[in-house]
Amino acid sequence: MPQDHHDHLSPSGHPYRPDDDHPLTYWQQMEIAVRELLIEKGVTTAKEIAGQIDAMDARSPANGAAVVARAWTDPTFRDALLADASAATRDMGFDIGPMRLIALENTETEHNVVVCTLCSCYPRNLLGLPPDWYKSRAYRARTVKEPRKVLAEFGVTLPDSTTVRVHDSTADMRYVVIPARPAGTEGWGADDLAQLVTRDSMIGTGLPKSPDAA
Amino acid sequence: MRVRADMPPGHVRTPAYLRGKRGWVERPLGPFPNPEQLAYGNAAEPLPLLRLRFSMAEVWGEATDTPNDTIDAEIYSHWLEPAEAPNAPRSSRPPVAIRPPLPP
Repeated sequence: MPQDHHDHLSPSGHPYRPDDDHPLTYWQQMEIAVRELLIEKGVTTAKEIAGQIDAMDARSPANGAAVVARAWTDPTFRDALLADASAATRDMGFDIGPMRLIALENTETEHNVVVCTLCSCYPRNLLGLPPDWYKSRAYRARTVKEPRKVLAEFGVTLPDSTTVRVHDSTADMRYVVIPARPAGTEGWGADDLAQLVTRDSMIGTGLPKSPDAA
Repeated sequence: MRVRADMPPGHVRTPAYLRGKRGWVERPLGPFPNPEQLAYGNAAEPLPLLRLRFSMAEVWGEATDTPNDTIDAEIYSHWLEPAEAPNAPRSSRPPVAIRPPLPP
């Protein structure tokens, strides 16, 4: 019937997607209640909360890429980064706050990969918000048990001569991987090198882009 | 070092899969407030926090294909008891001073 046609099909002739409305969950209600109470009591303001969300969204893996590219081009900075990553990155304007940062350098014989089996600890000051898969039970459970299989699914296949070092971010440290500098980038400046540094290469589940692909 | 094999209730930041396993100290990290007290809003005692390194062989036994790969984790000192770790490199052998466990 024509009436059915109007109700169920879009002008393009495809069915409308059903709405995905659902009632608030317990924790969503809790968040709204606590937020409104904090605002009513003058502890914080809606503007401050929106500003904090903006600040979180503004952090991106570009911060981490700048750190990695500098470590590749500035040996003094690289040494300082490996000795005290919190201080070295703070000097670049990427303060990690009360947490402490450890930089893990990939070499020909060692590959580092980061996971948080207890929750989703992540160096947000350098990489922004974690990807959904980083918080998944599958990634958290499998990375500590069969890291090479997980890495292979990300497209990273390592020779037996490379030792895989898994880092479980269980407490007060946060971790960033310094991937190995790609071959064929001799003479490149830090800004160009940073374009090769991917988010996953700083988690350890990826490698930097090759200079041919850039 | 061996991670205590206990399963206490409450907020604990010692992964269950490492309890009872032997590792060696990768590096000490300094004192950090005890999360088991912090989580309940109590005054939290600063405890030495250590990065321990475990071999895959120690953690997963026969279930791992790559026994020489490693897992590092941060463990608070009250979860550790003295033990020789299998596969520990010689350089890690000098013992690190650890505060003895608190009385129950």
